[in-house]
Amino acid sequence: MLDIKNIQTFYGKIQALRDVSIKVNSGEIVSLIGANGAGKSTLLMTVSGINKPREGVIIFEGKNIEKEEPHKIVKLGISQSPEGRRIFSKLTVEENLKLGSNIYENGRNYLNDIKEIFELFPVLSDRKTQRGGTLSGGEQQMLAIGRALMARPKMLLLDEPSLGIAPKLVNQIFVAIKNINKEKKVTIFLVEQNAKKALELADRAYVLVNGKVTIQGTGQELLKNQDIQAAYLEGGG
Amino acid sequence: MAIFGPIVGLRTRLQKEGLYIDPQWLMVFFLVIGSALGRFLINLNSSRKTEIAFVKNTKLRISNYFSNKGKHIAITGFLFAVAYPFLPFTDRYLLDVGIMVLTYIMLGWGLNIVVGLAGLLDLGYVAFYAVGAYSFALLSTTFGWSFWICLPLAGIFAAFAGILLGFPVLRLRGDYLAIVTLGFGEIVRIILLNWYDLTGGPDGIGGISRPSFFGLPFTNNLKEGENSFHTFFNLEYSTAHKLIFLYYLILILALVTNFFTLRIRKLPVGRAWEALREDEIACKSLGVNPTNTKLTAFAIGAMFGGFAGAFFATKQTFVSPESFTFIESAIIVAIVVLGGMGSQTGVVLAAIFLIGFTEVFRELEQFRMIAFGLAMVLIMLFKPKGILSNREPTIKLHGDKK
Ligand SMILES: Nc1ncnc2c1ncn2[C@@H]1O[C@H](COP(=O)(O)OP(=O)(O)OP(=O)(O)O)[C@@H](O)[C@H]1O
Ligand SMILES: [Mg+2]
Repeated sequence: MLDIKNIQTFYGKIQALRDVSIKVNSGEIVSLIGANGAGKSTLLMTVSGINKPREGVIIFEGKNIEKEEPHKIVKLGISQSPEGRRIFSKLTVEENLKLGSNIYENGRNYLNDIKEIFELFPVLSDRKTQRGGTLSGGEQQMLAIGRALMARPKMLLLDEPSLGIAPKLVNQIFVAIKNINKEKKVTIFLVEQNAKKALELADRAYVLVNGKVTIQGTGQELLKNQDIQAAYLEGGG
Repeated sequence: MAIFGPIVGLRTRLQKEGLYIDPQWLMVFFLVIGSALGRFLINLNSSRKTEIAFVKNTKLRISNYFSNKGKHIAITGFLFAVAYPFLPFTDRYLLDVGIMVLTYIMLGWGLNIVVGLAGLLDLGYVAFYAVGAYSFALLSTTFGWSFWICLPLAGIFAAFAGILLGFPVLRLRGDYLAIVTLGFGEIVRIILLNWYDLTGGPDGIGGISRPSFFGLPFTNNLKEGENSFHTFFNLEYSTAHKLIFLYYLILILALVTNFFTLRIRKLPVGRAWEALREDEIACKSLGVNPTNTKLTAFAIGAMFGGFAGAFFATKQTFVSPESFTFIESAIIVAIVVLGGMGSQTGVVLAAIFLIGFTEVFRELEQFRMIAFGLAMVLIMLFKPKGILSNREPTIKLHGDKK
């Protein structure tokens, strides 16, 4: 479904991604784990078209999208819940969600879709008229995921949804992610530092180190991998 | 106030040396009044939400009349504005001032779309006012078309000018955007000044027709068999009719601007403006097209500036580049910023303060400049809560939050 081939992305002279190739098949949950500064967010931003790769191609459902504009990529079916959530703090929860459906004329399907989001994250329904900035971190994360879902994506990119959130809420969010994948049939490409959770959830997973993919395999394989246990799982997660 | 006092005093003196020759006590006096007002306006900003509801639902508004301060202010203001021409103390001169204040309220509301909603600091807004006024003047004098045909055309021309400005500045933010838009305003004025064949250069364009009341002109020299406003309604001829008509015309234009702004906020494009102001990257990741969104803001803001310009042209029956200097842009920006960035009621109060007061005390020439300098000082003082800081810290805030 998504085929990332030999991508090289730069920030000025700094190379953030080195020859990265990753495949995500329709219906899968694919996780990408890696330490701070490995280039995970850069990769997602490159897929979304916000960063442009210098080399390499990205093919989504048979179409080259590496040179496409971000809003066109969303229209093709890839939306993202970005790192740090990036909630519109001055807009209400409802307005934030509506923004996700902006790509459809006059927020088509809005009412129906928002109901589904509220079923997924009931707490958002109670906060409907509250400003985004007044939500807790966990609630903001739910809102960010819900907002991205409003675009009716075929594939959802999630950048560190567990970042800075209490463990209890993290569990809830991961259950929701699984739900989105199984019930709503949305393919998930998940980026995480919380390696244990991400690998448990994943069908397949990749490890990114210094802008390079070093290990790949099924989630279970990677959980058992000695190197990964030493580097990412010990004491953590 | 105690902390700000010395800072303000210092600034004042700096400004005084550079720009003004007025005794300083006057300045300090106005700073005191001004900052009190500024604070009041900032407080008022918090009642923005209720104010939106106010315009939207008239019936609800009346039933909740006493329960809500924001609504209370707005409806009182509205009734006052409607009754103003017939109040006992309103003479010709005050009516004139009223028209002027309303013109600036309309300009403030128009600019509020660009600055307040979309967060694009435009220091050359007067350019669209000028384009509207000149389009109107040229259309009306060349083709002899009526006010109601020229008005929308003037708006369209101004909207095109807005898109023209929009394209090159799409990637600019904050200070850079401000500088380029400022330059744009000057360029338009210089073109008007130098394109002698079309604009008449510094001589301007005169003989612009006045609007008529559904085809009835406001005039006393009638040919046989023609009707004018006063003969049709069997009234004594009075020049006040024309002024009162102009007053209501600009009141309606301004209210249309306001109503439009409040409505568009609820539409996808309006939401996208507010979102784009906060976080462009988040917008992109959600499929908002920033190019189109910004261009629409420039175009729509410019269109209302153009309408106001058309009104100005028909009211003055004469336009020249002199009316469209940078100081006009600065006044309009000051109105929006003083009004509290995006607050519709704030614009009204700021316009009344800046235009009304300086106009009423017009005899003291430099007085105008004092009030203006004061507004600028206030902007500097409140800048951290105002324009430029409004966007970038918002983004940082998100990034930093664990
Ligand atoms: N806008 C930028 N300009 C310059 N360099 C950047 C920029 N964004 C990221 N980088 C650099 O690119 C590299 C990869 O950053 P990226 O944000 O993709 O890492 P990450 O894996 O998402 O890290 P984290 O887990 O901390 O979010 C880092 O070395 C970072 O310093
Ligand atoms: Mg990251």
